Amino acid sequence: MTRSAAQPLPQASTLEESLRWLRIMLTIRRFDETIDELFAQGKVHGTTHLYIGEEAVATGVIAALQPGDVVTSTHRGHGHNIALGGDINAMMAELLGRETGYCRGFGGSMHIADQSLGNLGANGIVAGGLPIAVGAALGFQLQQQSQVVVAFSGDGALNEGAFHEAANLAAIWKLPVVFVVENNQYGMSGSVKEMFALGHLAERAAGYGIPATMVDGNDIFSVWEAAGQAIETARSGSGPSLIEAVTYRYKGHSKSDANRYRSREEIQQWRQRDPIDHLKEYLIANGADGSSLAQIQREVAQAVADALQFAESSPWPDPSMLEDAVYAKEDGTHV
Amino acid sequence: MATETSRKLTMARAISEAIDLEMAADSRVFVMGEDVGPYGGIFGSTTGLFTKYGPNRVIDTPISESAFIGAAAGAAAEGLRPIVELMFVDFFGVAMDQIYNHLAKNHYMSGGSVSHPLVLMTAMGAGYNDAAQHSQTLYGLFAHVPGLKVVVPSNAYDAKGLMIQSIRDPNPVMYFFHKGLLGLGWMPSDDRAVVTVPEESYTIPLGRANIVRDGTDVTIVTIGAMVHRAVEAAEIAAVKGISVEVVDLRTLVPLDTGTILSSLKKTHRLVIVDEDYLSFGMSGEIAAIAAEQALEYLEAPVRRVAVPNVPIPYSRPLEQAVIPSTPRILDAVTYVTEF
Ligand SMILES: Cc1ncc(C[n+]2csc(CCOP(=O)(O)OP(=O)(O)O)c2C)c(N)n1
Ligand SMILES: [Mg+2]
Repeated sequence: MTRSAAQPLPQASTLEESLRWLRIMLTIRRFDETIDELFAQGKVHGTTHLYIGEEAVATGVIAALQPGDVVTSTHRGHGHNIALGGDINAMMAELLGRETGYCRGFGGSMHIADQSLGNLGANGIVAGGLPIAVGAALGFQLQQQSQVVVAFSGDGALNEGAFHEAANLAAIWKLPVVFVVENNQYGMSGSVKEMFALGHLAERAAGYGIPATMVDGNDIFSVWEAAGQAIETARSGSGPSLIEAVTYRYKGHSKSDANRYRSREEIQQWRQRDPIDHLKEYLIANGADGSSLAQIQREVAQAVADALQFAESSPWPDPSMLEDAVYAKEDGTHV
Repeated sequence: MATETSRKLTMARAISEAIDLEMAADSRVFVMGEDVGPYGGIFGSTTGLFTKYGPNRVIDTPISESAFIGAAAGAAAEGLRPIVELMFVDFFGVAMDQIYNHLAKNHYMSGGSVSHPLVLMTAMGAGYNDAAQHSQTLYGLFAHVPGLKVVVPSNAYDAKGLMIQSIRDPNPVMYFFHKGLLGLGWMPSDDRAVVTVPEESYTIPLGRANIVRDGTDVTIVTIGAMVHRAVEAAEIAAVKGISVEVVDLRTLVPLDTGTILSSLKKTHRLVIVDEDYLSFGMSGEIAAIAAEQALEYLEAPVRRVAVPNVPIPYSRPLEQAVIPSTPRILDAVTYVTEF
């Protein structure tokens, strides 16, 4: 399943494209590391779920989408929005609660949405986005448009009723939706081993008549290829698919997590299979030079530092705007 | 034998201790929910219980609220006494059918044949920037439907006594704990909720309000975390010569109407402080009771201090603006006294 670094690049992907992926993955990691630090410093409050360790999933899947396609995201959603080309200044500002943030400070980490990029929104409710994804796909189908929807979820989300109902609708109506399950081995503390009576989560799709594959979620090429096939299937009118991307989160589930449910050794073992290191080795083996990778890393660090600077110098929202967005306005404006 | 004690507990510790005592005393009691096992509940409500009682009595569930809350109802019908945790009350939506249509109504619809004696405990409340799907109180929503009892403690002493009473109650009881009262290290918590708690078992009857501060000029009726804000406002008002009585309802269902009315007969002025949305909720209910049963005693219009009709915003200044604050409560107190 896992490709070795010595293998050539998959045909359709160029070195240049792969370097772009590396930049995205590094941006996701640096962004979330920064959020982690800001939490520790008491500059970000509430809760936040970091995507560190899982970067190849969002990056690989979204690389296989076309303009106009859409995704529904999750509580662990920073990576999805960054991979879509999201504005990290506005993301950082949102996490710091500033008026220049994506949601003007109304939403925070779990509610970032950017419809212009095709992000229908992160979500604070486990599996909450799945029926919405199916509905977006229905919208495309009814309007005879060829766009595709990717519905991201965690492993834990597959045990919510919303998943089961959404999967069945997608299947019986042959909707253009791809369920991408980020199997990072745990819900909060509940492990996949304890919470499923299945060998692999992908097996669940069969009960709905949905084809499914399992991929190494830490290998961006495997993710990208599987996503490309599933998205093509959806776009051609052949209906939904499910991809189980096997990965791991390095950090605690969220702010409240004391890591009591897993061992240091397990975390260390997964760190040996880091998706970013894996991609770097691969690029080097295929002709990229180390200094250009280091250059990308520096540029990413600078961009995230700039985002923080932007956020910290942005104004706080004024409570006079509190009721502005509760309802859309009659004249079609929003806030 | 009651032991003399000055031991202070956080509300989280008081809740887990109450459950521990009932589990030790009654083998029918068991706990079920997400991350309640080795993790101890993300808000500490089941700390230590897994080690003591093992996986058959402290059961970790998948993220399947509809299934495990319904399963608790079924287990209760078969003679057990489940305590089931809904991690945040905001997640009720995915399980509401089991709660509203089954738990709440089965006893009535079956003419008393089927009953569901269980506790559905859940975290509520804002104040730490967790945004609109993790910050609501919503107790009014559950008090609205007949068949559920609704308990909302404001301090560790009440939390323990009310939990033990709730477990023993023959009905489904929804037990709300405010995250900002629990005394967790990782989020801000109101020190006023940390109080002396006896080590032994004791109960507080459901439906009995607590007058936490005596007064003669204004009655504040409130519940949960807002009790402490109301007391703070009362302390400031006292300096200005206004004597405020603070009534902590402790339970919404049953509601201690008697205590509300006798306080109004004394003070003639009513302020309601509610960390729920303003419209169609607890504050309106209390105001209606005052209008229906105590109008002749009132010397000023009733004032309500509640969350305006907006989802709870994330950003700190916005969130602080919607949660009832001490200055907003004081404004209401001043208004009714100067009317
Ligand atoms: C309906 C609902 N139940 C519970 C939660 C609390 N919660 C937030 S994330 C989470 C774990 C989700 O696990 P998974 O789907 O595997 O996603 P991961 O966090 O691992 O990315 C839980 C239980 C929630 N937000 N919504
Ligand atoms: Mg997971």
